[in-house]
Amino acid sequence: MSDDDIRIGVFVCHCGTNIGGVLDISELTEYSKTLPNVVYSADNLYTCSEVGLSEIRENIKEHDLNRVIVASCSPRTHEPLFRSTCQEAGLNPYLFEMVNIRDQDSWVHMKEPEKGTEKAKDLIRMGVYKAALLESLEKMQVGVIPSAIVIGGGIAGMNAALNLANQNFKVSLIEKDSELGGLLRHLNKVYPTNEDASIILETRNLVENHKKIDLYKSAVIEKIEGYVGNFKVIILQNKKTLEIEAGAIIVATGAKALSPEGYYNYNGKTIISQLELEGILKENKINTNNITMIQCVGCRNEERKYCSNICCMTALKNAILIKEQNPDANVNIIFRDIQTQGVTYEEYYRRAREMGILFIKYLPEKPPIIKKDRIEVYNEFMNQVIGIPYDLVVLSMPLIANEDSEQLAKMLKVPLEENNFFLEAHVKLRPVDFATDGIFVCGSAHWPADISESISQSNAAASRASTIISKEMLEVEGSTAEVNTDLCVGCEACIKICPYSAISKDEETDTVVVNKVVCKGCGVCGASCPHNAITIHHFTSDQIIAEIVTYGGGE
Amino acid sequence: MVFEPKILGFLCNWCSYAGADLAGVSRIQYPTNVRVIRVMCSGRVDPVFIAEAFMNGIDGVLVLGCHLGDCHYINGNYEAELKMKMLSKTLSMINFSDRVRLDWVSAAEGARFAQIVSDFTEHIRKLGPSPVKNKKVKKEIIDNLNAVKFALCDTRLRALVARQRELTTDGNVYGEIIPTEEFEEILDNAIENEIIRHKILEKIKNKGKSVPDIAKEIEIEPHKVLRHIVTLRARGLVDVDQINEEIPTFISIKEV
Ligand code: SF4
Ligand code: SF4
Ligand code: FES
Repeated sequence: MSDDDIRIGVFVCHCGTNIGGVLDISELTEYSKTLPNVVYSADNLYTCSEVGLSEIRENIKEHDLNRVIVASCSPRTHEPLFRSTCQEAGLNPYLFEMVNIRDQDSWVHMKEPEKGTEKAKDLIRMGVYKAALLESLEKMQVGVIPSAIVIGGGIAGMNAALNLANQNFKVSLIEKDSELGGLLRHLNKVYPTNEDASIILETRNLVENHKKIDLYKSAVIEKIEGYVGNFKVIILQNKKTLEIEAGAIIVATGAKALSPEGYYNYNGKTIISQLELEGILKENKINTNNITMIQCVGCRNEERKYCSNICCMTALKNAILIKEQNPDANVNIIFRDIQTQGVTYEEYYRRAREMGILFIKYLPEKPPIIKKDRIEVYNEFMNQVIGIPYDLVVLSMPLIANEDSEQLAKMLKVPLEENNFFLEAHVKLRPVDFATDGIFVCGSAHWPADISESISQSNAAASRASTIISKEMLEVEGSTAEVNTDLCVGCEACIKICPYSAISKDEETDTVVVNKVVCKGCGVCGASCPHNAITIHHFTSDQIIAEIVTYGGGE
Repeated sequence: MVFEPKILGFLCNWCSYAGADLAGVSRIQYPTNVRVIRVMCSGRVDPVFIAEAFMNGIDGVLVLGCHLGDCHYINGNYEAELKMKMLSKTLSMINFSDRVRLDWVSAAEGARFAQIVSDFTEHIRKLGPSPVKNKKVKKEIIDNLNAVKFALCDTRLRALVARQRELTTDGNVYGEIIPTEEFEEILDNAIENEIIRHKILEKIKNKGKSVPDIAKEIEIEPHKVLRHIVTLRARGLVDVDQINEEIPTFISIKEV
């Protein structure tokens, strides 16, 4: 398009007295007319009112405008409205540009109206120079496969699958084991209700018999392709390769308990892990009298800085169960800090104390020592080492990430945190989302979670996933990145930089391509490409430099 | 008359631009000197834009993003930080680094935005007008800024910065992690080399010169000049002009 073809219309808004009461609107309107390619300029009392909007529409037609600028409030609030007005008049919405002369001018320079008007002139001129370089862009529509894949069949995964299946979505549940249930299978009772784990494990039957759930047990994930709305997961099951498609993926791969091997003279007989104790209690045979539990074994240290979240409550639970079986037993918990947050858990802790369970604090730098017939632990309050006779020592081991989480993260192109748990998009604001659209996380894959946490997170993940798979089509922003394959040398720097894994290598041409559906148009790749091979549409270097040059070079 | 600096602000859409809007909603008054270019993320700001701004007589540039950890695009502002560090190293070689500032403003920090603009405006006012506007030194300053731009456009330097996070945290293809100090040193050297190379190119733009002559003109040891000439030849920017009594002269063969 040659310059002659560019016909810009500038609409300057009074916003009542918000702008008009400070800046000289008629001067701005006249000034606009002097700028290159501007063929029409007018002021409106309220550009966003129906009267103002229809003026824009009419003048687009009457003056054959192919660029529209509104100088008024903030694009953050009003750009969508003006864009759709342009669209109604047959103009591509990306040929609209907004100039902020209210929030960032008349409102903040109320005592300097002349200087404010000068600023507004510069801003309008910058807008005009940018507008001349704007290009039409299309919002893309992509179809969505109305089903979900849940990876992992523990309590979180089963519950997420059920949640979606009950909403009538097809769900494929992939489990690497031959059985569903995950860690829950090894538990005896669950806190804080102390009911049998088997009751919760009944979820398995619901999952196995649900018409909407396709179960893939003993299945290994080989490859994951695609993007939001259109994922493809390739699995290996019984030596057969299967391909599953879905619009969203939920990661619920859980965690595993750290092996007690090598900690505190562990021997599997008199010194066992909390998980082994669960097994014993399941059979209902604790007949020793002196039981001591040690908390925070192998965690909250240099190697594993985190608190595993579930161990305090688990120790309390098993201590209570033992006390209930045998009220005369001496049950001690040697701890660093007891974490029982919330009303119910705190009550549980009080109950344990009331039952006569003894809590002895130890310092991380002076951990207990297990001797042949007693445990020696330094007690800060008494300032002395105390000896506790024992028949059974129970070690509370933390949950740690599965070994295969690294591989899975790579396939999904989502990040892990330092302990190899999956890392959400935002710790506060987006707790079950990944930065990558269409992939969600719940349960202990994300962080050691107990059953009620796993269930609430899995419901959250399922409902987040349903916001995608309930749509027939997804609309994708038009202002994305595009690679100029003539300039790209395939150095792949951009692939690593893109926070959404939107860029991938095209092996055939040895250049890279941007997946427009995944790209969010942040522009970071464009500013980074060593060869300037990436165009960030709607924020192109040419457009930005035009703004800079006209500001700098302007009077 | 008091000097009214021309200040350009790059604001990311999600935090700092919203913070600037909030300053308006709260009617917090601040100096009129800043003109804002909205970008989606502070990581969009190519250092070249800022060199361009200075060449066009802008006195100071602010780049504002979301606070670290709050970028709408996860880590765009970390990338912005690396780019601005590199830019400021480059600008410091020509005494311009004082005229750029990178800072963070959340959507709730209208007052902070106004404060940053006021402080920066005052800071630039004290520094005085950009030397680009001074007729006497304009040529030299523009040459310097061109050298900066040359460095900022250099593909090797850009690749280094683009891979900085990867190289200093995840490691290179062999999994080796480069310590940050070591990386900074590599970066410093690369920047210095590019600036010198540009100076050399400027000197041999229209007329072939020998290595010793160039060395004298730009006050750098001849063996270093020779190394740069070799590099520039390999890039196809310089060629042998003539050979007089076995001493070659070199000339720039491409507009940069
Ligand atoms: S950074 Fe640029 S040159 Fe390198 S692969 Fe990406 S687009 Fe191509
Ligand atoms: S613009 Fe941002 S989201 Fe899009 S490809 Fe580039 S880095 Fe990724
Ligand atoms: S969006 Fe604000 S810095 Fe990235």
